Amino acid sequence: MAEFRLPKNSRITNGKHWPAQPGSGKTRTFRIYRYDPDSGENPRWDSYEVDTSQCGPMVLDVLIHIKNTIDPTLTFRRSCREGICGSCAMNIAGRNTLACTHGHAECPGDKVAISPLPHMPVVKDLVPDLTLFYAQYASVEPWLQTETPEPQKEWRQDPKDREKLDGLYECILCACCSTSCPSYWWNPEKYLGPAALLHAYRWIIDSRDEATGHRLDELEDPFKLYRCHTIMNCAQVCPKGLNPAKAIAEVKKMLVDRVV
Amino acid sequence: MSTYRTPLSRARGLGSAKHGVGHWISERVAAVALVPLVLWGAYSVILLAQTDYYGAIHWVAQPLNATLTILLIAVSFMHMVAGLRVVIEDYIHKTLTKAALLMLNVFVGGLAGALAIFSILKVALGGA
Repeated sequence: MAEFRLPKNSRITNGKHWPAQPGSGKTRTFRIYRYDPDSGENPRWDSYEVDTSQCGPMVLDVLIHIKNTIDPTLTFRRSCREGICGSCAMNIAGRNTLACTHGHAECPGDKVAISPLPHMPVVKDLVPDLTLFYAQYASVEPWLQTETPEPQKEWRQDPKDREKLDGLYECILCACCSTSCPSYWWNPEKYLGPAALLHAYRWIIDSRDEATGHRLDELEDPFKLYRCHTIMNCAQVCPKGLNPAKAIAEVKKMLVDRVV
Repeated sequence: MSTYRTPLSRARGLGSAKHGVGHWISERVAAVALVPLVLWGAYSVILLAQTDYYGAIHWVAQPLNATLTILLIAVSFMHMVAGLRVVIEDYIHKTLTKAALLMLNVFVGGLAGALAIFSILKVALGGA
């Protein structure tokens, strides 16, 4: 039933402390979750004293600085460094966000704790395994479905209908929302999670799509959709400022519209 | 992962149950019904605090009071059972434990609700 402690091999120990290099200016300590599956050891918190005047303003700049000048073994994902690829999503100072768009000056407290996205299997250090998350996205069939023969030119859409996709199409699938959702933590295999549901809604309200009923059928499930209890963590952490909880509420409203 | 099952197969699971909207609507309808019922209930409790045992018996014997009290109890218990069901589904994952708790929830809620309603009827219909 309830588990009150982490499994033995997941308990985090205190790791290495990396003091500031001599001659450093003002430093700040970053506590970073480290896990190496090859070592057979438990995960640990390493702390790094970083001269923040030597690196850029974002948390990703700090991580790159640590990797380049202090500890090359630190592992994390990053690509675009401008909040459009979603690779560097992680938990920074207790909040899921993108390291590349989150300034280290914005982090409260003395020490800044950085760990991988919560409640996902960890591949190494700050890299979570998002396989199931991507599969859940695929399971909502995120593509246009039509039966009408394809028109000579493009499928046309009224500007007003196109506006309905605003606030949805911007999602970059960084997984900040789903991994911040308690419902997703407790039922990751059965609840689709806010990101997949936001995308499901993005296709449900697309005026060009002809599979709306089928899409709603596939979502009407006590677990896939209705595990959302409007906790709103998803909307609070979304680094793109989107509101998956609202999208989920719209799906619930459409299901009511079908029967009332 | 130590399994050869594909990620998409895991994500799809057993497929959609294709129900849930009825449960969702009934929870909301019960919640809306409870707003006036609870307000009336609170008002009645204040009223009853100012009267004695026989005054209270007389109050319950009024058809409107008895009916509204039964509705308040019935809707509250239905709402509670529905809500607890969601809590159990959220947190309990072992099939047998979950099934046992879900049944216990219905049994305890049903028993307590039925007992309360019977008691009201007994007083209202001239017992006590």
